[in-house]
Amino acid sequence: MIAPPISPVIIFLASIITSNMIFANFLGTCSYISVSSEFKTASGLGKAVTMVMVLTNALNWLIYRFVILPLGIDYLRNIIFIMVIAALVQILEMFMDRFLPDLHANLGIFLPLITVNCAILGATLFMVIRNYNFIQSVLFGLGSGIGWWLAICMMAAVRERMAKAKLPPGLGGPAIAFIITGIMAMAFVGFSGIFTIQ
Amino acid sequence: MPVEKTSSLIKRSVFIENQVLRQILGVCSTLAVTNAMTNSLVMGLGVTFATMLSSFTLSLMRNYIPHRIRMIVQTLVIASYVILVDIVIRAYLPGVSKQLGPYVGLIITNCIVMGRAEAYAQKNPPLPSLLDGLFSGLGYMMILLMVSFIRELLGFGTLFGIRILPDSFEKWTIMVMPPAAFFIIGSMIWFLNARKLKREAAKEDTRK
Repeated sequence: MIAPPISPVIIFLASIITSNMIFANFLGTCSYISVSSEFKTASGLGKAVTMVMVLTNALNWLIYRFVILPLGIDYLRNIIFIMVIAALVQILEMFMDRFLPDLHANLGIFLPLITVNCAILGATLFMVIRNYNFIQSVLFGLGSGIGWWLAICMMAAVRERMAKAKLPPGLGGPAIAFIITGIMAMAFVGFSGIFTIQ
Repeated sequence: MPVEKTSSLIKRSVFIENQVLRQILGVCSTLAVTNAMTNSLVMGLGVTFATMLSSFTLSLMRNYIPHRIRMIVQTLVIASYVILVDIVIRAYLPGVSKQLGPYVGLIITNCIVMGRAEAYAQKNPPLPSLLDGLFSGLGYMMILLMVSFIRELLGFGTLFGIRILPDSFEKWTIMVMPPAAFFIIGSMIWFLNARKLKREAAKEDTRK
């Protein structure tokens, strides 16, 4: 189990640009499509996802390294990871409700949604499959979260403008959202080759 | 609530309420694994298996789960079945398992599985829930195979890894890259919605 010899900074940048959660790995597309009709909400969800992703990646790395591997229960890892994510989201919500009421008012409603956002579990699984060390994992979580945030904000901004446009019948809603995402993904393909982390 | 007939259940869960194109659920994996038909088939079977059995199990337990903690119970049941799928794929199809990477584990957070548990198995008896899960999963697999048919044929010139188009065929590299997946799904949703609107308009006309 040796961590790949990649600088954590490269991992951070690559996970925003070349390995973007949505445009390259398609993770979290469900909530990306359904929550992107309003910019403010989309940005709130993006922030919440980023925060949870950093925390779960750090926590899951520690649990994987110090609990799952020593006990040899690798086959249970998926179930443990999802439990950790669900518990962490719950605790975070209670913590924010008690100590940071302003932030809770803004982000609180998104937190329950995040447990089933596949980008969160996806980030954890990628980190385990690629054998990242602790710093690499945390920065990978941060970068993936920011990448997701960027993507959903771009999408929401486009969709807000598009609400007034006249579209051919049937194209409105999810169909056009997918096609726009495809065009944005093509733009992001242009970055490929700057960094690679796979 | 009266239990619906099997034939109408099949029609509803495979076509009318197709999870991917109608409900926009489970799109992550639909986009990610469809660059090869073999991967799509394995993934489709995995999701069908997980949906079917978790719906069945949750429906058996539906009267005993306290309402407030049902999400966590659902996740646990689903995760157990997904682990089974993961182990089987890793043991018998190591190559495919490597290509699918984290996406097998991600069936846990596939919205279709939890969606069926929440929308159907929670209030219906076990056997119809099993069928509902089975056919929702098959509907998902159908879309996966359709998308991967287009992507693999045009992107690699092969189907299930077997060469179909002659070597002189210029491969469409874009088809195996992420953007094409978005374009194909988007167009499919557009086509279905447009057809539905047209049919509804025709119905209105005849009524007048």
